[in-house]
Amino acid sequence: MDNITQERLNQLRGAAGAKRHNARTVAALTGNPGCVRRAVLDAAGVDKDKLARRVGFPAKFGQSQFAITRGNSFEAQVKANAFAELITLLRDTLGLQIGEVGQTDLEQVGGNTSQEIRHTRSRQKLTGAMTNGESTFFDHPLLTLDVGGNTVYLEPDLVAFHHEGVFHVVEIKSFAVIDDQADGAKVAAAAIQSAVYVLALRRLLGDDKVSHEVVLVCPKDFSNKPVATKIDVRKQLIVLEHQLTRLARIETLVDALPPGLSLDLDNSADDLFKALSEIEARYAPDCIAKCEMAFFCRNEARGCTAALGISVREELGGVETVAEALGLADGTLVASDDQAEAASMLRATADIYASAAAA
Amino acid sequence: MTAISSYARARAVVAGRAFSIATRRHVHLSDTPLVFVPLAMAGEASAPLAAMIGTQPDKPTLLLVPQPRNRDLRFGFAASLADIVLDYVHSCSQRVEISANEQVFLDAPQLLVPNAAGVGFVKLLGRSTRYRRTTGPYPVPPQVPLLGRWLTHLSERSEFAGSSALLAMTSALGMHWATGQSALEDANLAALLGWIDPPDGVTGPDAALAAEDPLIWPPAGPSTDPAFDNEILAPAIRAWTDAATDSPKRHRALNTLERALRGQLEPTWQLMWRAIDVLRRLPAADSVDTRWTTDRRDFSRYHQYVTDGGLPQARRDGAVAAARKLRNLEREQDLYDATRALEDPLVMANYRITGAAFQGTVVQVDRDRRVPGGKGRAVTRPLIVVSTTDPAHLAISTKVQAPTRSGQTGTIVQIDRQPDTTLVTLELSGGMTAAKVPPPGTVPEMDEHITYTSAYPESFRKVELPPPDQTPWTHGGPPKPYTPTNDDAQEVWE
Amino acid sequence: MTFDPAAEAERVTTDILADFASGRHLGVVVDSPPGAGKSTLVVRTAVSLAAAGERLMIVAQTNEQVDDLTCNLSAKLPAGLVIGRLTGSGHGVPQRLAGLPNVLVDEKAGNLVSCEITIATAAKWAFVKDTVWPWAIVDEAYQMRSDTLLALAARFERALFVGDPGQLDPFSVVQNDRWRGLTWDPMQSAVAGLLRSNPTLPVHRLPVSWRLPASAEQVVASAFYPYTGFRTGTGPGDRELSFDTRAFGRTPVDAVLAEAATSGWGFLELPARHTMRTDAEAVAAVADITRRFLDRGTVARSGDSSRPVTPDRIAVGAAHRDQVAALRTALADLPDVTVDTANRLQGREYDVTVVLHPLSGRRDATAFHLEAGRLCVLTSRHRQACVVVGRAGIRELLDTHPSAEPVHLHEPVKFPDGWAANQTVMGHLEAHSIAA
Repeated sequence: MDNITQERLNQLRGAAGAKRHNARTVAALTGNPGCVRRAVLDAAGVDKDKLARRVGFPAKFGQSQFAITRGNSFEAQVKANAFAELITLLRDTLGLQIGEVGQTDLEQVGGNTSQEIRHTRSRQKLTGAMTNGESTFFDHPLLTLDVGGNTVYLEPDLVAFHHEGVFHVVEIKSFAVIDDQADGAKVAAAAIQSAVYVLALRRLLGDDKVSHEVVLVCPKDFSNKPVATKIDVRKQLIVLEHQLTRLARIETLVDALPPGLSLDLDNSADDLFKALSEIEARYAPDCIAKCEMAFFCRNEARGCTAALGISVREELGGVETVAEALGLADGTLVASDDQAEAASMLRATADIYASAAAA
Repeated sequence: MTAISSYARARAVVAGRAFSIATRRHVHLSDTPLVFVPLAMAGEASAPLAAMIGTQPDKPTLLLVPQPRNRDLRFGFAASLADIVLDYVHSCSQRVEISANEQVFLDAPQLLVPNAAGVGFVKLLGRSTRYRRTTGPYPVPPQVPLLGRWLTHLSERSEFAGSSALLAMTSALGMHWATGQSALEDANLAALLGWIDPPDGVTGPDAALAAEDPLIWPPAGPSTDPAFDNEILAPAIRAWTDAATDSPKRHRALNTLERALRGQLEPTWQLMWRAIDVLRRLPAADSVDTRWTTDRRDFSRYHQYVTDGGLPQARRDGAVAAARKLRNLEREQDLYDATRALEDPLVMANYRITGAAFQGTVVQVDRDRRVPGGKGRAVTRPLIVVSTTDPAHLAISTKVQAPTRSGQTGTIVQIDRQPDTTLVTLELSGGMTAAKVPPPGTVPEMDEHITYTSAYPESFRKVELPPPDQTPWTHGGPPKPYTPTNDDAQEVWE
Repeated sequence: MTFDPAAEAERVTTDILADFASGRHLGVVVDSPPGAGKSTLVVRTAVSLAAAGERLMIVAQTNEQVDDLTCNLSAKLPAGLVIGRLTGSGHGVPQRLAGLPNVLVDEKAGNLVSCEITIATAAKWAFVKDTVWPWAIVDEAYQMRSDTLLALAARFERALFVGDPGQLDPFSVVQNDRWRGLTWDPMQSAVAGLLRSNPTLPVHRLPVSWRLPASAEQVVASAFYPYTGFRTGTGPGDRELSFDTRAFGRTPVDAVLAEAATSGWGFLELPARHTMRTDAEAVAAVADITRRFLDRGTVARSGDSSRPVTPDRIAVGAAHRDQVAALRTALADLPDVTVDTANRLQGREYDVTVVLHPLSGRRDATAFHLEAGRLCVLTSRHRQACVVVGRAGIRELLDTHPSAEPVHLHEPVKFPDGWAANQTVMGHLEAHSIAA
């Protein structure tokens, strides 16, 4: 990303510091790549949660303390006793021939925890591991990834496991795996997050040194005992790489924005509202589960067929608004050339609906 | 999403209220359904927190677990729930009829939960309880494993389209009405009912918006509102835990918990009964009864199995069981889809829009047309021409049937598309006796209004699969026989 | 080292025959890229076994495939050997089998016991009981569903499974996740399930596509067979399209025909627009191109022999039935041109194909539209050239496609990824693009 674009993005964000990326937000780049609003907000490092609240459409992503506690206690258990349980799992479930296992905690470096130093140490230790051939768990390594021309520090809550020259990312999650099955959406989220770590590790150590198979560790059935499953994240890596490359093209998007546009959280709600409206969004109902701005965008999309769902929009001939669709359907709206086919289909639908509802 | 429901959603947006997508009710509603509104503990796989349950709107039973980490309390909850559910199951097994040489109960359990996540909860609760043992390291009261088997059985049954044994009210309602919001938002029962049956003076969208505020409408569960968890539930549980057993403090804490959880459950409880009333207003489709009989038959068989001491359901299907189930699911899905269309013009409308069916007027009849038959003799094959404005994307030689004339099949011999109408020529066979000239009424008449569809239930020849102990090598060979192990009964979680 | 396709293909085929006939393995799998001589392999294996006095059964997925194989087999079977074509009830005797002297047609397997080879659809085999054949050949095994195999696996001791892993997977109207991750998931393809339960079975790969022209090798292999690849049997210059009449001016349609003749590919790019599936402009463009091939007296040369490209040598393909219906209407005056969905074009071959790109005019893509198998079928039916029609904007669609698919534990990840395959194909088509 060039300096001019970076400057504009900083200006767009205003006084607040840039929100730091983490694996979750990097993974989210693949969630709705066609949404300019999201792309710009993320590139500018705007705190979307705060912004959503400022404009009167707070997101509903609260977390219950019970879930947090449960997650922490599970992770603590997995890591307890120098990863005793995890080692057994990796041996038994995954057939890794593991002899002695070492452990390196990369969180603190003698009291000095500046990111650059931590990252340097992480890099040293990780690359060093490749030469000494020991099996080792690396806890809290600090990795970097180039995201849109900026170096982003990724502080994963992960354990990287090095064995026989290859690193496996280990992701600990607290949703249950019951009878070898787990919630598909949750596994997908874990998979793409892990892929971010795989990517970062590969940038550091080389593609062939980091396996595309990550190890997902979850509670087994209804207990607190962990179970490990291998997940192939090659598809996620393909998508991530592609979206990261696309990020560089943020320049074109930023260029197209009206000059002087500001999303400074100190501005009035009204001003923020107007400013947001200048940046095009691409709302779909599943934004609600994925993005803090969803309710704002949904409100904006009232009356649009997209708000009813992507497939609904398609069923309505791809017409933009509900009013238009119904106007074409009952003939009160004259169809443009482009809309001729959709209009004819909508008229047929309206006629058939009327005849069936009357029966 | 279908063309009809999408169009109906668009209409709903403008009208501010839901639009019908069915003219009949396609699910069975029991006279005494067991309504179950569960709440689960956040972060756990199906750890129950509380539930409201009962067969009458004014008599709900509130069950709760004051300290979900205490396994005795959790299994106490399960035991209490078991008492209610097993009692209900028992009540459905009081009256019997003989049907096709089988003893079939006249009633069957119907469990109603608020949403699809509720069905998932039933499934998980069934799984977490059906293997428990009454003896050994972690014993549970005897009704608990029995509860597990029944809950599992009902959730298995619910995978069959057309079964009404376990229903998510959001799905049941969504089958009959289209709202002006998306399907994702329809998963909120309060929002959905807000569109379908808004309170006086309130528009659908406004009712739905209110439904998203957990302070006005607590979530229908099983997930709780995180703010409720953090601000009310956590302190209440802590107060209970910190108090000494049987102390006045504990009593007060329990009361606080009850009030708080009742407050979260009651609104959804009311919604459930309102939803039942709304659904009941729709006249039942003809085959609802037939499908309920299938549910009754299934219930009767499982009841016998349980009585005979049958094993709890396996964790996963073996190869043969999986193949059999897939075919049965497909069979029932096809039958259900075709039957609903035959019985409900609004459902048929979808097929008309996609072109798989068409409705029109008979404009030509050649009723005593004779053609050479397969065995050399002449047979009667009337020819009719139907004029329709429907798209009719059907190929020549497609077979179609009319809902009003089951037993008679039409074969498309010609489609003549004109600017204002499409003329479909059909050759008819069946449903007109063997007479040379078809008796009056057996063949469509001139000017008759008629619908023909290519999606009709066909006779199904059941494929025999090998018994599980003869699973072929291609599918892993015979599975190891199931022997219950101690693992099944383990309750390791602290 | 120069690549000798015939020798290579023969070597692999001999290996397959030897491996299978040795009886060392209960099953042998053969992956066959498009036009790799799968049918020839099946016939050759069957003849080889039957001539050696063995009894075998053959399973195909559709009646048409069964009849195709029966005809081919009938021509190659030594005298004295008989093929039993087992049909469903009421099916009658298929026209083209009626005159064949070494083919018996019957609805009851019992009446065909004397036949050395018995052939039927998988659906029919499921109803045959008791008899066990020592040998079986299962054709189109990747398009067969695992539960379908289960219903007939008891009928044979050893089987050769032949199919194309790059084409369409079997599917179901039922959506249910309960079997996901299970080794014996009934919804997966028969071969996928077979190999998961029996990972040591040998998997051979037919190395050469005899159908596809050299111009298709790079893109089809890299897009749809990324880890295994294949070579075409012909080299550059072996296949050629030429026209008897000159172009009618410099229209886009003629330009795309010229491009197709030169490079084996053409992409007619219509202006970007979001349209309904039955995009009238796109349908008209596909029809125009089809007609132009015929009007210009296109001639197909393969090696030394040339012949005119007649209507029955052209196929038009699309993803949806309503698109096919619209295309059929547009080409109603050319009934000999095959117009069908990818599902129904599987296994068939033409000189020239004209395809309506599954993503054309779409605002959003679903898994259905991105499915690699669909695009693979549509772009691998041709011996000479494939022309694709689509609206501009497909790249953008791919770029902005949100990845929201659930991930299931223990479920093998299937390659190629549909999204990636589409990117590869689009990248290739862009180099042969003509603006409408």
